[in-house]
Amino acid sequence: MELAIFIITGLVAITGGVMMLLSRNAVHSALWLLLNFGAIAVLYLLLLAPFLFAVQLAVYAGAIIVLFLFVVMLLGAERAEDEREAMPWQRPLALVLALVLLGQAVFVAYQRIGVAEVPAATAEYASPAALARVLFTDYLLPVEITSIIILTALIGVVVLNRKETRA
Amino acid sequence: VMVPTIWYVLLSAVLFMLGVLGVLIRRNAIVMFMSVELMLNAANLALVAFARQRLSLDGQTMVFFVITVAAAEVAVGLALLVQIFRNKRTTDVDAVNALKG
Repeated sequence: MELAIFIITGLVAITGGVMMLLSRNAVHSALWLLLNFGAIAVLYLLLLAPFLFAVQLAVYAGAIIVLFLFVVMLLGAERAEDEREAMPWQRPLALVLALVLLGQAVFVAYQRIGVAEVPAATAEYASPAALARVLFTDYLLPVEITSIIILTALIGVVVLNRKETRA
Repeated sequence: VMVPTIWYVLLSAVLFMLGVLGVLIRRNAIVMFMSVELMLNAANLALVAFARQRLSLDGQTMVFFVITVAAAEVAVGLALLVQIFRNKRTTDVDAVNALKG
């Protein structure tokens, strides 16, 4: 059962990624990416990470995709990009290099991980309560730093988009 | 039957490769940015799978931080793209090839 869900969800995730690459329209790309994010959220549930499932849906599938769609539609950038190539050899080379990278990743994964037995776990192992306890004890300083990063981003966006008054 | 960790890692590798390919072959800056998000998600998936294998919460904590920083990064990145579009009227990265304003 778990295996079937994994295979179906994995295929959905890969389909989302491939179609995102192939869509000529940026709005379609964003929607295919949304499918991919949703599939990854389901995989988090399979991996006993319910809190990350919720965060993935709220932050990635919700906030980030909406931001992408908003900017694409605001700029009117959804039209197909120019087919003219500045460097015609770039795409075949990129394909070859990406496949080499994938081959290396598969090789290293088999070398280092193998097919180790997955230990059984109770549902409480990564319950939101357990994760929160770790976040606010062992990782308290990183959590505070994250809040500063978000504040910095907020100020940065406001500064970047302010009206030019000196014109 | 439980899914071996390596399957998750292999899926993560495939998704990461798709993200790399997106950055390399697409010219639309917004789609390249989406591909970066795809790579972040692939890495997150591997982290959660390793956390499950080791029954440790540290990997999941890491993913939580990656997601929050990614949210901040997307906000700043898209604000930059909007500014570039205002100046150049395009999101094609080949058109943004000069450092002068």
